[in-house]
Amino acid sequence: MTAFQIKESPEQYDVCIVGSGAAGGMAAYTLTQAGVKVVMLEAGPMYDPAKNVTQLKWPYESPRRGASTTLRSFGDFDAAYGGWELEGEPYTRKNGTQFDWFRARMLGGRTNHWGRISLRFGPNDFKRRSIDGLGDDWPISYDDVKPWYDKVDRLIGVFGSTEGIYNEPDGIFLPPPKPRLHEMFIKEAATSLNIPVIPSRLSILTKPINNSRGQCFYCSQCNRGCTVYGDFSSSSVLVKPAIATNNLTVIPNAMAREVATDANGKATGISYVDKETLQEHLVRARVVILAASACESARLLLNSKSSRFPNGLANSSNVVGKYLHDSTGASMSGFLPKLVDRKRYNEDGVGGMHVYTPWWLDNKKLDFPRGYHIEYWGGMGMPGYGFGFGIQNVNGKFPARDGKQKPAGGYGASLKDDYRYFYGAGFGMSGRGEAIAREDNYCEIDPNTVDKWGIPVLRFHYKWSDYEVRQAKHMQDTFEEIIHKMGGVVTSTKGTAENDYGLAAPGRIIHEVGTTRMGNDPKKSVLNKYNQAHDCDNLFVMDGGAFVSQADKNPTWTILALAMRASEYLIDEMKKQNI
Amino acid sequence: MDRRKYLKSFTLGTVGAGVLLESCSTPKETPTTGATKHEFTIDRYKEELEREERLQNETFFNEHEMKTITVLADIIIPRDDKSGSASDAGVPDFIAFVVKDMPAHQLPMRGGLKWLDVHCMKHYGNAFIDCSEEQRIEVVDQIAYPEQAAPEMRPGVTFFNRMRDLTATGFFTSKIGIADLGYMGNTPNQWNGVPDEVLAQYGLKYDDRTNEICVRY
Repeated sequence: MTAFQIKESPEQYDVCIVGSGAAGGMAAYTLTQAGVKVVMLEAGPMYDPAKNVTQLKWPYESPRRGASTTLRSFGDFDAAYGGWELEGEPYTRKNGTQFDWFRARMLGGRTNHWGRISLRFGPNDFKRRSIDGLGDDWPISYDDVKPWYDKVDRLIGVFGSTEGIYNEPDGIFLPPPKPRLHEMFIKEAATSLNIPVIPSRLSILTKPINNSRGQCFYCSQCNRGCTVYGDFSSSSVLVKPAIATNNLTVIPNAMAREVATDANGKATGISYVDKETLQEHLVRARVVILAASACESARLLLNSKSSRFPNGLANSSNVVGKYLHDSTGASMSGFLPKLVDRKRYNEDGVGGMHVYTPWWLDNKKLDFPRGYHIEYWGGMGMPGYGFGFGIQNVNGKFPARDGKQKPAGGYGASLKDDYRYFYGAGFGMSGRGEAIAREDNYCEIDPNTVDKWGIPVLRFHYKWSDYEVRQAKHMQDTFEEIIHKMGGVVTSTKGTAENDYGLAAPGRIIHEVGTTRMGNDPKKSVLNKYNQAHDCDNLFVMDGGAFVSQADKNPTWTILALAMRASEYLIDEMKKQNI
Repeated sequence: MDRRKYLKSFTLGTVGAGVLLESCSTPKETPTTGATKHEFTIDRYKEELEREERLQNETFFNEHEMKTITVLADIIIPRDDKSGSASDAGVPDFIAFVVKDMPAHQLPMRGGLKWLDVHCMKHYGNAFIDCSEEQRIEVVDQIAYPEQAAPEMRPGVTFFNRMRDLTATGFFTSKIGIADLGYMGNTPNQWNGVPDEVLAQYGLKYDDRTNEICVRY
C-alpha cells in the first residue's frame, strides 16, 4: 500500500492559470506572447474543435437525434462537455432558494458552445449606482476599457454595424450578414413600435482576419465548435496559439483543490488532483491567476483556508461569493401564418441571430431599473429531436394546405403533409436583462458536503427581487406586442404573476458574475481595478467574478477585455519586479 | 415474408396486415429492439462512450411491443407519393433507443401500449396488432384527435400524442425525412440574404443601408 503523497512539480512557472475559458485563454495568450512561462490547469480533457467534430453532422448520426443527455445538457452535438449536473460534483442550495450552475469541463470551457454574442458594456453600465442609486459603480469607466475592447475586436473578430448609440458602443466591426426572412418581419413590426432592431454583434468571421482561421461558411452551428475556427472559442483562438509559443504547458484533467500560500500570505501555486490517476499534485508559480468561472474561482478562494486566512484567501472583506448575479431571461414563441408552405432554400446563416434589439427605453418612465436586450430566432432550421412535437397545437388552429380547418392531431398522409406545410413558420424571442447585484445573493462553502475528490462544494442562496420580476413582465408584454404586430400568433404560454412572468431561474442564462468583485475599497471588494486581490498581490481573478454589475450585455467580451488588460498590467508589474 | 415488404403492403392497403402477420412465421431476423449498434461519427468524450455502450446493451421493449410500435408508426407516417414510411426511415429503432436514453418515456409508452391492447381485447377480442386493419383504424380514430375524443379514451389520447411526437421526430430527423422536408442546409455556403424571388413573394426588399453595410460574396 502506497502512502498518500503530494507530488510536487520540479518546475517553477512564472504564472499558474486555473481554467482555460475566455479569461484563462486570454491570460495565457497575452502572457505567453510576452515570453512568460505559464502552466494552465484545466479540469476537463483537451479539446480542439477541428478534431473533436460534431459540426456538419446529421441528426441521424446521433442515436437520440441530437437530444440532450445529462452528460451534454444542450444536446448531443453541442460542444460543451458537462451541463447542469456533473457526476460526483454536486452543489447545494440554501433556504429553498434556487440557483442552477452550468459547468463545462474541457479545454476552452463554455466558450466552445457559447452564443458568440459579443457586446461591449457602455459608459452607463460601469456607473449604475451613480445613475439609479442601486448596487455599486465599477472602479473603472468605459474609457478605461475601450482600448482593450478595441484590441479584442482586432484580435478575435466581431461583426456588427456602426450605430452611434451612446450606451451600445460601436466596435471595430466586420460586416454583418443580411437578415433572414422572419428577421425582416420582426424588424418591420418592431420598428413600427419604436423598438429598434439592428444587426447583431457576434464574434464570427464574415471575412478572414488572419491565416490561422477560416471564414464562416454559414452552417449555423457555432454551438458545435467550428472546424475552421471561424468563430471565437478560447480553445482554438487563444490557447492553441499560446501553446505554439512553447511558453504554455496545459495540464488537462486537473481539478484544482486550493491555492497554496506561504508564511507571508503570498500565493505559491495550486494544489490539484489528477482526475485520471487520483494523484495529488502541487504546481508552483510566482503568480496565480484564477479563471475557473465566477463561482468556481470563489470556491477555490473560500477553500484556501489557513490560520492566516481563516475564512478563505483574499477574503478579509468577507465579500468572496457575494453579489452573485445572473442575467434575467424570459421568452415567447410565435407562429407566423404567412410563412406556411414556404419555398425551401438554405437559410442557416451564422450560428445565431442576424439582428437583435438593444435596450431602448428610459428607466425613469418604468417600474423597474436596468434594461434588457432581445434576441430572436426562427426559420427553416435543421430538424432535431423535438421536431414536430405538439403538432396538435398547430394543425388544429390553422387551415391546412387545402384551406380547410382540420381537427387537431390526426395521423396518416394528411398529418405527414402538415409537418411539411407548417415547417419554418415558427419563431421566437428572448429577453436578456440586468439584475441588481445584491449582497444576499451568494455562494458559500457547504459545510456538510464534499465532491468525489473531497473538495467542499458550493451552496447557493439566490432570490430574484421585484425589480427582476417587473422587468420580466415588461419583456412578456413587449414580445406579445411584437408578435401581434407581425400578424403572428403566440404559441407559448404567456408568463403571469404566478410564475414570475416566465423569469428564468437564477443561473439559467449562464451569465453568472460578481462573486469576487473589483473595487477601490478593500473592505467592500475582493480585487482592485486590475483584477488583483487586495489581500494578496500575486493573486488575480480574471473571470466574471470580477464584475461589479452585469449590464444587459452578455459578459464574455468584457471578460476578454478585462483579462487582457489585467494580463498586460501583470506583465508590467513583473517587469518592474513589483511582483 | 420479409417484414419490410409486409409493412409496405400494409401501407399500400392491399392486404390486411393482421392477416399477413398471422401468416408470417416469426421472422428469423432479430426483431427491432433498439439493440442495433450505432457507429459513432460524432465526437464523444470518455464518460459518454461508457454510457453509450451501456445503453446499447440494454433492451426495453419486448417483441410484441416493438411490433405494435412499428404498426402504429406506419399508421402515423405512412408511405406516400413523396417518401417512405416511418419504418422505412428506421423510426421503430429510434423509439426503441430513445426510451432507454430517456427513462421518462418508459412508463407512458409501456402503459399506453398495454392500454391499447386491453382496449382492443375488450372490443375486438384481439391485441391491437392482431386486429383487422379496419379495427385498428377505428381505434386510432378514437385516440388521434384530442379535441374530439371521448373522455374514456383520454389515456389513449395521451399515449397517441406521445407516439405521434416520437414518430414524427424520428421520421423527420432521418435521411428520408430530411429529404422529404426539403431542409437544404448543413452544408458550406455563403449567405447573401433571402433569395430575390422569395423577397418578391412577400413584397419585401432590403433597404439601402442594409445592402450597403452587410457582407456580400
